[in-house]
Amino acid sequence: MNRSAALPRDVGAPERATVAPAVAELRRDLRLIADMIEPGARVLDIGCGDGALLAYLAREKEVDARGIELSQSGVNAGVRHGLSVIQGDADRDLEAFPDGAFDVVVLSQTLQATRQPRQVLEELVRIGRQAIVSFPNFGFWRIRLRLLLRGRMPATELLHNSWYDTPNIHLCTIRDFVALCDELGVRIERSLTLDRHGRPYSLDPRGSLANLLAEQGVFVLSGKRTKPGTDPPRAAR
Amino acid sequence: MSILTAPRLRRPGTDWPGYSLAVEEPLRLDCGVEFGGFTIAYQTYGTLNPERSNAILICHALTGDQYVADPHPLTGNPGWWTTLVGPGGVLDTERYFLICANALGGCMGTTGPRDSNPATGEPWALDFPVITIRDMVRAQKRLIEHLGIDQLFCVIGGSMGAMQALQWASSYPDAVFATVPIAGAARHSAQNIAFHEVGRQAIMADPDWSGGRYLTLGRSPSRGLAVARMAAHITYLSEAALHRKFGRNLQDRNAVTYGFDADFQVESYLRHQGSTFVDRFDANSYLYITRAMDYFDLAAEHGGSLPAAFAGNQPRFCIVSFTSDWLFPTAESRALVHALNAVAANVSFVEIETDKGHDAFLLHEPELFATLRGFLSGCAEHRGLTRFWT
Repeated sequence: MNRSAALPRDVGAPERATVAPAVAELRRDLRLIADMIEPGARVLDIGCGDGALLAYLAREKEVDARGIELSQSGVNAGVRHGLSVIQGDADRDLEAFPDGAFDVVVLSQTLQATRQPRQVLEELVRIGRQAIVSFPNFGFWRIRLRLLLRGRMPATELLHNSWYDTPNIHLCTIRDFVALCDELGVRIERSLTLDRHGRPYSLDPRGSLANLLAEQGVFVLSGKRTKPGTDPPRAAR
Repeated sequence: MSILTAPRLRRPGTDWPGYSLAVEEPLRLDCGVEFGGFTIAYQTYGTLNPERSNAILICHALTGDQYVADPHPLTGNPGWWTTLVGPGGVLDTERYFLICANALGGCMGTTGPRDSNPATGEPWALDFPVITIRDMVRAQKRLIEHLGIDQLFCVIGGSMGAMQALQWASSYPDAVFATVPIAGAARHSAQNIAFHEVGRQAIMADPDWSGGRYLTLGRSPSRGLAVARMAAHITYLSEAALHRKFGRNLQDRNAVTYGFDADFQVESYLRHQGSTFVDRFDANSYLYITRAMDYFDLAAEHGGSLPAAFAGNQPRFCIVSFTSDWLFPTAESRALVHALNAVAANVSFVEIETDKGHDAFLLHEPELFATLRGFLSGCAEHRGLTRFWT
């Protein structure tokens, strides 16, 4: 049987290792989140961008890492790097997951860009045993000051878009967020407030000082399972 | 109108290049028939590793065949996925062992309606049992068992090939490590069934079809088959791609002729597609295989629940759709993703932006190549496959 050997070679990019961006490039707030995740956990990162956190977790902690990302370029980058990423968003694509499908669900700097943050928050603690949520604090003093003094919509490093093209349609303060968690009966297991450089403050997140000084908050949440006693399907391979 | 008139005959029993497997033990088909004594024609590329863990089954589309990266024995055209297959390619023949079998009911060596019915010695024609996608996959399973492969590293395919890949994942989840359905769906839509029906009616309206007995009578329903192909071909493209390629350009003339010749380039192109198709495809095979696609509905096999089709241990999935594919639109792939999320399957989903329509999976689409390469490399790492396993 003749096997044709004259086959084309110009097929896409050359063979590449299945690792994403280097460890050193991991954003400081992502690194903090990564440190909160146990090795071997089942993790869903919603709004995973180019998959930097997932790649880090897969490599350093051997987690079963899955991602959801809205942008095609982000999804393609993740899948190209051998990560399991689906194109979708937090508003539309969480509903399908069963209760407790993941050990940890991460929503990093994305809550404020969802259409239905309240429902998203409920979904997070439903499909994850834990949810790690980070978001920019709109109560940050620089933001308050800019609005007060300049009378223009404030822009910071975290929130740098102009008012007319920002994806951040549901901004909140740390205090707003804590109030919503209380209202929904979502338990705050742990919280961190971070300064402009992503360094954690040791401040009570319910206090006024944290709400004034922190540029962002990172919260570890858990909620009641809606169907107690049901075994979630284990993630496969 | 000349291109639709010349009847062409192909002789059954042609010796096709490649391998074939004679299956003696009957398959129980969905229609209830015990179907035995059939042949599966297939091609392979690369080498099976000693652990037999590097096999990729490629499933071809409706009118595709097993000549993935070989010249087509009838037309001489390059194989339909030569862009992907080769040393160092996306489907790397130095890493993987590639298998592609002609689908059951086909006309390129695997038993189909063109072949002899042992009971009569005549071509099966419409006495051939109606087959389903699941039946095609059952036949492929026999081939894989024959090759001594317990678990395929991957099942990959576009369009009807995607249906087969999904069927594999649903029917034999332990026999598949990874699944790549491209431009597919978990069921054939009403619109797609409608298009297929147009094609079938075109064939059956051709007097030369003769109730399906054209081979026995020495006829060929070329006109009907060509029209079926022309109609179907439109659905494989997109409005934007047709406009980009042809616009309203005229064919070898400066003005319209006020007649029914192919004034427009797009007409000439479609006629060409139709007339070349009849040289390589059997009209009854077209009826049977379109029917198999129409009957495909994974959820229906599981009490109407698509997640139930993937309950239990699932392979890894990489689902790909194309923005301009209106035959198998992204919504179909997304429904699949949601069903797989419901059972917490390991799934990647990429929608690729292109104006090339459904046929994009056969064309040069760098984003597709990069996606497949990344997914397969990631899976190979999990499966412990190295590139130079020898």
